[in-house]
Amino acid sequence: MFDAYKIRKDFPILEKKIEGKRNTYLDTAASAQKPQCVVDIMMDVYLNEYANVHRGSYYLSEKITNRYEESRKLIKNFINASSEREVIFTRNATEGINIVASCFGMDNLNANDEILLSTAEHHANLVTWQQCAKETGAKLIYFDLDENGEFVWDKFINKLTSKTKIVAVTAMSNVLGTIFPIKEICKEAHKFGAKVLIDACQFIVHDKVDVLDIDCDFLVFSGHKLYGPTGIGVLYAKYDILEKMSPYQFGGDMIEHVYYDKTIFGLPPQKFEAGTPAIVQAIGLGEAIRYLNNFDINDIKKHEQELTKYTTLKLQEVDGLKIIGNAKNKGGVFSFDINGIHPQDLAFVLGKEGIGVRTGHFCAEPLVNKLGYNSLTRASLGIYSTKEDIDILIETLYKAKKFFI
Amino acid sequence: MSIENLIDDFSFLESWEDKYKYLIELGNALPRFSDEQKVDEWKISGCQSQVWIIPHFDNNHFYFEGDSDAIIVRGIIAVVLEIFKDKSAQEILDIDVEEIFDKLGLREHVSSNRRSGMLSMVDKIRFYAQSSLKG
Repeated sequence: MFDAYKIRKDFPILEKKIEGKRNTYLDTAASAQKPQCVVDIMMDVYLNEYANVHRGSYYLSEKITNRYEESRKLIKNFINASSEREVIFTRNATEGINIVASCFGMDNLNANDEILLSTAEHHANLVTWQQCAKETGAKLIYFDLDENGEFVWDKFINKLTSKTKIVAVTAMSNVLGTIFPIKEICKEAHKFGAKVLIDACQFIVHDKVDVLDIDCDFLVFSGHKLYGPTGIGVLYAKYDILEKMSPYQFGGDMIEHVYYDKTIFGLPPQKFEAGTPAIVQAIGLGEAIRYLNNFDINDIKKHEQELTKYTTLKLQEVDGLKIIGNAKNKGGVFSFDINGIHPQDLAFVLGKEGIGVRTGHFCAEPLVNKLGYNSLTRASLGIYSTKEDIDILIETLYKAKKFFI
Repeated sequence: MSIENLIDDFSFLESWEDKYKYLIELGNALPRFSDEQKVDEWKISGCQSQVWIIPHFDNNHFYFEGDSDAIIVRGIIAVVLEIFKDKSAQEILDIDVEEIFDKLGLREHVSSNRRSGMLSMVDKIRFYAQSSLKG
């Protein structure tokens, strides 16, 4: 039985007082809190089992290599990849996208090619392609959403052409909450011979990701949004693509043989994991996935959808508040503006009441500007969010309104 | 008004409501910028609200004008302008802003989280002072 109140107890930080107030953490879309088991395993590895991976054949090295690779296997199963070889550990999702842009984009894009993005991409999936376009001469093309933040099939399809070589889209917007039909996007893009990169940072926290079913060519996500540690992320890519891609960085651990005059690179994922990796973080991410595996993803989804409905209703009741992003199919992300209150001022007041929300452009500056704002306030939900979190937010919004207006 | 007076005033304010109300009052007393003043040249990047600071240098002393679209932030600007009012470049560089904000009970506003904190405007003021010394 899924019980968010019970789950909260797995996250010690949520029990801590913030400025003497209950910790009302509504910034999971920026980074999720960590369950005790993730912190415990990382501590345990450092205290009892630490060594470098893939090196020695002594007890500790073998043990930690097993744990590290076990993590990869957990991730492989979690996203239903065909093989562990398709799972590359990165620092974060941004690095995953950079690898694809540098090692696939740079080698495969030419001046006549197009890279297709949505206008809702955050900087990680925008600046990277902007740079790639600049260096290859390829053209950056954007498809729009409608005024409610809804994905519109025709707007996408109109921009997809035989020139499109890469489609890079989020599975769920971190500003609007809009969930994109990624499976259909992949199917259509493939008809035109384009490769598809899915930014699953937000989506993977809320719903099942099955890369075989989606049939994406690349998919990235970060560990820290998935209740795991910072400093670790994942790039999934189809093996045949990875095989042909050049390495990202060079050095130790990515090689098969090194001679003074040349190097034979290792196979994927080795080829893309130069140097000593974030060993303990990778193990921490594996543990976060093991933790999530305790739940039925449908229960998580149901809980968040109910809470999303509740939050939407409650926010709509606040006079002068406008929710930015009202797609029918949206996740637990609520960007909003209150007429007459600057988000920065609002965040000061919310902060004093123990509420953590995000203000600004959420690393999606072009989108926020396009919507007609410099800055917005965003509340976002996680597995441990409850109605109380929302009630406290709403109560404080009324308080802030009284204070400012 | 002097910084000592401000520290004294703030010491009587216990709740955040009262502190913020006072900051808003201080901010409201600042003249609002015209559109001509709200230009990129004077805009401080790295803040979550829009902040503009214009430096003036007269008789070897600086004074600054400032504005923001957020009203608590405008109050914080008023405090910052007061701190750096009529100071020489060297005096500006010698001021421990964090200590003053600490005394005001507003320490979190000069925290290292530059994006929400006000450090970037202080950095900019220091930059103006530093540049004037280099001549």
